[in-house]
Amino acid sequence: MSQARSPRATSPAFDVAQVRRDFPILATTVHDKPLVYLDNAASAQKPHAVIDTERRVYEESYANVHRGVHQLSMRATDLYEGARVKVQKLLNAASHKEIVFTRGTTEAINLVASSYGRKHVGAGDEVLITGLEHHSNIVPWQMLCEEKGARLRVAPLSDAGEVVFDELDRLISPRTRIVSVAHVSNALGTVLPIARIVERAHAHGVPVFVDGAQSVPRLPVDVRALGCDFYAFSGHKAYGPSGIGVLYGRADLLSSMPPYQGGGDMILSVTFEKTIYNDIPYKFEAGTPNIAGAIALGAAVDYMTALGLEAIHAYEDELLAYGTERLATVPGLTLIGTAAEKTGVLSFVLDGVHPHDIGTVLDYDGIAIRTGHHCAQPVMDRFGVPATARASLAFYNTREEIDALVLGLHKVREMFA
Amino acid sequence: MTTTRGAASELRELYQEVILDHGKRPRNLREIPGADRKAEGFNPLCGDRATIYLTLDGDVVKDASFVGKGCSISTASASMMTEAVKGKTRAEAEALFERFHALVTGVEAKPGGPELGKLAVFSGVSEFPVRVKCASLAWHTFKAALHGEATPVSTETGGE
Repeated sequence: MSQARSPRATSPAFDVAQVRRDFPILATTVHDKPLVYLDNAASAQKPHAVIDTERRVYEESYANVHRGVHQLSMRATDLYEGARVKVQKLLNAASHKEIVFTRGTTEAINLVASSYGRKHVGAGDEVLITGLEHHSNIVPWQMLCEEKGARLRVAPLSDAGEVVFDELDRLISPRTRIVSVAHVSNALGTVLPIARIVERAHAHGVPVFVDGAQSVPRLPVDVRALGCDFYAFSGHKAYGPSGIGVLYGRADLLSSMPPYQGGGDMILSVTFEKTIYNDIPYKFEAGTPNIAGAIALGAAVDYMTALGLEAIHAYEDELLAYGTERLATVPGLTLIGTAAEKTGVLSFVLDGVHPHDIGTVLDYDGIAIRTGHHCAQPVMDRFGVPATARASLAFYNTREEIDALVLGLHKVREMFA
Repeated sequence: MTTTRGAASELRELYQEVILDHGKRPRNLREIPGADRKAEGFNPLCGDRATIYLTLDGDVVKDASFVGKGCSISTASASMMTEAVKGKTRAEAEALFERFHALVTGVEAKPGGPELGKLAVFSGVSEFPVRVKCASLAWHTFKAALHGEATPVSTETGGE
């Protein structure tokens, strides 16, 4: 393989060799080959800073939060609440009270569908999503619609994998109670025009939920500039631990919503006659939360912020452009998802070879990609494929790794085509 | 962890020529109009599907075919299964499935079972736990067709 021409020079401000040293797992081997980890949209690897923070919480500062008067509990509480403020700043939310810790994006969507949705969606009403949503932004709304006799409307996709904006706009009706859309598609990498969608929805008085699972690790996100009402993301895709995630909700909306789960920490007082719920965000954090996970997520936020989301985005976009160009040199390869605005994801099919076979053969070269429907079966149906192979990028990936992928795909073709 | 040479031979062990051949040129890939039995199976993890058609002559499988989309392992498995079960009684076919299932899951087969014949090429699958479902989808679906089950078979409920 010759080194292909670079579409743009790599940003000198971003030292990828240095960054890679922060991620211990990148030094491991798979089948005796150096690991080439291109499954970042499924879950990202963790820097030392995150791993060390989580360990140190348990070694030095662990107790339950919001409970004890003792020193350790106060220390844990300070760290936990400190992480909330870090997330608030990352998203540029107006207040830390608008940041609810959840298990992940999925739980955040379920929380809003269950709490806001049950309160505001009734028989004959509509919930609007798009054709590129992850199952986690389809099924909770489907369940809500089924329960309430409401209707799930779906904005269609173009052949490039973009949401057809005019169609989406047309589908916002007087019956629409909420619009829920991904910021970045996990299956295709398409970036949605959130600010425009919010503008149209708000013109009809309809709130907008944004699934930010793929965007928070890749783009600068400013919930106030976007104007959205809810925004969610998962720690594990943002270089933090699994089992922790975030729901941002506008304070007035969160305050008006009934609790999602009942239990400890979400109450002010309990008698058998009546319970007074706690204020936001605690009203939505029943039970002992993932304390160390939240604190380590704070460390992941610090790490991303130090690198700079603008720099991360610029570097990944360069890598995406390089990957797009290099994959085009593989005979029989078709990219699925060619939106003008896309980031981080190279989803593709190879003539005559099923994605699973691609995945197995690449694995033997140490290359980890995702193969399958990416929890987005309607997207696969839209493009008439049962599955795709997906290489998804992170800021620690390199051009050499893209070259390894391309070389591996040539081997796959030799074997199957 | 395997060595590089071990890894390459493991890969060849999985993708034997016979499997690649049946994966590329599956036999009995067709519907059987007016089939006596038909069952649908899917693998929700990867979205693969297989529909199995059977005609029975009393207790004997007279014809077997499949329609579906899948990886080379699942396509080859469906193709070779339709060849293997033709002419077998229900009991013989089910015993063959049991033997095949033991092979791909790497479990020692019960003594006295039927000969696997060409199906032995699937022995490499046991080294790839995530691919066991690919190899057994057609067989689970075949069994459901034999038993006349109306609900589609899912690899996620088959106890794989």
